[in-house]
Amino acid sequence: MLPSITATAARRPADRSHIHLQTFVVLAKTGFRRYSTYRQATLAGIFTNTVFGFLRCYVMLAVASSAGGTVAGYGGAQLVSYVWVGQGMIATIGIWGDTELGSRIRTGAIVSDLLRPVPPVPAYLAADLGRAAFSLLTRFAAPVAVGAIAFDFYLPRRVATYPLGALSIVLAVIACFGCRYVVNAAAYWLLDGRGPQAAWSLACSVLGGLYFPLRFLPDWLATTLWIATPFPSLLQTPLDVISERSTGANAVGLVALQAVWAVAMVALAAAVQRRGEHRLVVQGG
Amino acid sequence: MNIDWSCRVVEAAELAATRGAGTRGERFRPYQRILRAQVRAQLSYRTSFWIDAVSGMTFTAMDLVTVLVLFNVTSVLGGFAFRDAFFMSAIASLSFSLADVIVGSIEQLRLIIRSGQLDSLLVRPLSLLPQLVSIDMQTRRVGRVLEGVAVLGVAAGLVHLRWSAQTVAMIILTPIAGAALFAAIFVMTATVAFWWIDSGEFGSGFTYGGRDFTNYPMTVYGQFFRRVFAIGLGFAFIAYYPALTMLGRADPLGLPDWAGWLSIPIAALACGAAGFVWRTGVRHYRSTGS
Repeated sequence: MLPSITATAARRPADRSHIHLQTFVVLAKTGFRRYSTYRQATLAGIFTNTVFGFLRCYVMLAVASSAGGTVAGYGGAQLVSYVWVGQGMIATIGIWGDTELGSRIRTGAIVSDLLRPVPPVPAYLAADLGRAAFSLLTRFAAPVAVGAIAFDFYLPRRVATYPLGALSIVLAVIACFGCRYVVNAAAYWLLDGRGPQAAWSLACSVLGGLYFPLRFLPDWLATTLWIATPFPSLLQTPLDVISERSTGANAVGLVALQAVWAVAMVALAAAVQRRGEHRLVVQGG
Repeated sequence: MNIDWSCRVVEAAELAATRGAGTRGERFRPYQRILRAQVRAQLSYRTSFWIDAVSGMTFTAMDLVTVLVLFNVTSVLGGFAFRDAFFMSAIASLSFSLADVIVGSIEQLRLIIRSGQLDSLLVRPLSLLPQLVSIDMQTRRVGRVLEGVAVLGVAAGLVHLRWSAQTVAMIILTPIAGAALFAAIFVMTATVAFWWIDSGEFGSGFTYGGRDFTNYPMTVYGQFFRRVFAIGLGFAFIAYYPALTMLGRADPLGLPDWAGWLSIPIAALACGAAGFVWRTGVRHYRSTGS
């Protein structure tokens, strides 16, 4: 039975060169709906982000107070918003993400994605944007609200920060999607995705600015990371824009850099996917 | 009917187990075999294994690097200088790595329950908890424990510990007691899955959250939060109080100087509680069906 399917697919390969906007929107909606059914897991996640929010917030405030109120250009309230918005961003960009694509490649289920008449990278991106939208309403909003109630929270003072911050979050979601796709697609070559996954979660949380703001590092190192790696574009940039550590031309520049990384990572994901398809051997049948 | 069937399997299995259970060594043999098979399986994906091992060691280092970075912008944290804070972090890090290597994979329990895999473990003539721990033991993370020991050695050198029989006993027992407490937290939070399958990241708030909490002097935290985590869950006794006792420093929060020795009874208490919660959970378990 399976060989017949494969044969048909080979004779008339699905047109996977582009995706219609309508399809994209529908896929995004399904992503949103899918995650909105995981209600209990969402609650559990909010709880955990909130615990970590308190934890990191106290540590950062202790650092600020012994450094004389301001540290690396952040005031106490700015650090509070840095920490809590950061906790909200974890799920929104899906920093630790799931290993779904990787395990689909390993089990061979990826074949059903390849048979669909849509290119896989944009299709997965659409679903991920839907997921991110749901996370923004729940796992972003809730910890940020807790932080704003429990601590002296810094609200952006310039009007321009709001649209720029929103744009920065969207770009972070797209860039992070690209990174995660590449990490998962390593399964085309390695089969077992645990190693790349571990390396990725280490790199994005430390070099992205989750453990500590990258500005705590020596300047040359922070700048190098920002330009040469996608990681600061995932967290540090949106957090700096929203906490107004970077304003004006500086902030616009960082967001532009983020856009470059977002495009680059999605393009890389598409390239890796094309190469990977040639490697794919589905076993069994 | 189903129940009847599974009962008979269990009885037969138990019989086999009692027959097989001779010497102590024989009782551990099945777990050793599971463990060896696990290591072989992990090693068969060579590249992935090594990337994972190296990332794991870097991860452990990151808690300590974070402390270094924070002290790059401040000279005091919660009233403690770098070397004292680093000493606490080193104890916390070693304790956590030790617990994570041995029982860390228990956090997969909710996935095992959901997929129905737990039933197949229950019918085997072996105890459940050791099976769960050995089917996915993070042997590739053993490097992290060695790394933790080395870092603790360096940290102890930095603070110029006055070596006495007491200090030696304490520096050996503290990470073990700390690991036992972390392990108890790992087991207790995983057990939640027996009642709440979709508990998702809930457990991480206490396990990884506990590790991060332990990483810093207790003086940095707000009062309510500190009471819950430091005293309520006992995390202050993993690194903070033992470090104060070894350093001969008075506790700014007011506990006497022998508080560091409390780590051992507290860990024992936590393990007892974890065992109780675990048994209650297993008894409560009704298969997810098929």
